Amino acid sequence: MKKAVNDFLVIENRALNATNYLIRLLSPEPLPAIYPGQFVNVGINDSSEVFLRRPFSIFEVDYENNTLGLVVKILGKGSKKLSEAATGSSISLIYPLGKGFSQPARADKILLIGGGSGVAPILFLAKTANTPAENVNILIGAKSAGDHIGIEDYRQYGATHFTTEDGSLGVKGFVTQHPLFAEEITGFDKIYACGPDPMMRAVAKMAQEKGIFCEVSLENLMACGFGVCLCCIEPTVKGNLCVCTDGPVFNINSLKW
Amino acid sequence: MVDLKVKIGNLEFKNPVMAASGTCGFAEELADFYDVSELGAIFLKGTTLRNRAGNDYPRMAETPSGMLNAVGLQNKGADYFIETIYPRIKDIDTHLIVNVNGSTIDEYIELTEKINELGKIPAIELNISCPNVKEGGMAFGISCPSAEAVVREVRKVYDKTLIVKLSPNVTDIAEIARAVEGQGADSVSLVNTFLGMAIDSEKRTPLLSTITGGLSGPAIKPIALRMVWQVARAVKIPVIGIGGIMNTQDAIEFMLAGATAIQVGTAIFKDPFTPLKIIQGIQEYLNRHGFDSVSGIIINKLQM
Repeated sequence: MKKAVNDFLVIENRALNATNYLIRLLSPEPLPAIYPGQFVNVGINDSSEVFLRRPFSIFEVDYENNTLGLVVKILGKGSKKLSEAATGSSISLIYPLGKGFSQPARADKILLIGGGSGVAPILFLAKTANTPAENVNILIGAKSAGDHIGIEDYRQYGATHFTTEDGSLGVKGFVTQHPLFAEEITGFDKIYACGPDPMMRAVAKMAQEKGIFCEVSLENLMACGFGVCLCCIEPTVKGNLCVCTDGPVFNINSLKW
Repeated sequence: MVDLKVKIGNLEFKNPVMAASGTCGFAEELADFYDVSELGAIFLKGTTLRNRAGNDYPRMAETPSGMLNAVGLQNKGADYFIETIYPRIKDIDTHLIVNVNGSTIDEYIELTEKINELGKIPAIELNISCPNVKEGGMAFGISCPSAEAVVREVRKVYDKTLIVKLSPNVTDIAEIARAVEGQGADSVSLVNTFLGMAIDSEKRTPLLSTITGGLSGPAIKPIALRMVWQVARAVKIPVIGIGGIMNTQDAIEFMLAGATAIQVGTAIFKDPFTPLKIIQGIQEYLNRHGFDSVSGIIINKLQM
């Protein structure tokens, strides 16, 4: 079977900053191959107000220890409850879901852009792309320095740049105001982005203008996560497609942005 | 080994646990998880004569113990189903049932005639209860004369098992059930979703693009159960119970209220294995209560 539902054991839950948590989960079975951009749908038990599962991008996969890592940003009641998961408790996951980012070629010069909770799949891609570090630039945007997720040093995977809206870390402003965009954007072969909708639209617009290959990872509201409810649709050149099964990663040329 | 077989119309089902239309795609999505031939039947995603894009995003809102949807029958139309999907799924070894929709009686008839040609589709579920389309859908299911008219005309062109899916958005659902039984329906399935609404008080906007949508999940179960009980007493044809069934206990309650079979819907979104767990659970229940067949509990309805 291609997909599974299993109870995972919480082996670590640690606050990364005021609103983000890193949760590491032990799989009861050997993990299947999982790619950056894919996600899991997490069961959150169980108040009457959190009825549906919550989708989370996968941040890391450790096949040796059979664990998955998720970055959980508190956005509402479901993510709040999940952020309180105790070590030793179990959490139901439906996995692996969706289609991830395309794999860049070794010679490609790539720009990886993450904003807010969108940094999780972007950093997973940075870590696993077979592109050598000298061809990789990572651009991370946040509201302020305190919102950045300082999990580990990503400089080993590529040149790392920051923007913050208040200027407390890196360049002041949005990711698209970073000099990488203003001055060097045409030097990239491929751009990969995940973050708030306005950020991805701004990135997509600039990529489109310059004719640069660009993939974005969407996070439309979904009920099931595996293509049966038809709630998370995105209008595309091929009609309404499910973000959960046809995405969440889309080439910007297929979107009606 | 207890006997789980049930009969609806001329059709025998291997067990009474079925996947509800709109919650199991075209069976292939569930087949990513397990062998779907174990299910009693699979009610395929609502199909219309022609391609429908469905409603705009957002189409879903979570509500206490349930959810609203406003999908609006997104599907690629009858010809796409017949040419592309049907050949891929036709050999699944359980009953595949097409959920038939139309905005006019002629559309219902034309679609039914096309589906009638498919050898491996032994039944249709006539959907006169979709709350999320502007024309047709629920409009047919909320008055006796219009429900009678569509069932009468479809019955004329369809000899296989005809199941009619009823809307709960009516004053007296038993009256509608009797009306469609009178026109030759082999079974009624109920309930479709309840018309509902949700508003974001901070943004001061509706949560659905269509403003209203269909409510499903455990929030509706007690009302659905009451309606199944009322209908089961009012008609002689078998009733398929639907509405917030999340586990074995819920399924048994519907059967005690008079349902011959049940459909699992929204619960599949939370756990696609729910129908299989319920099949297992019903077997255990029958053993524990000393029934040797599932018809044993259904007969119990006479005492209520």
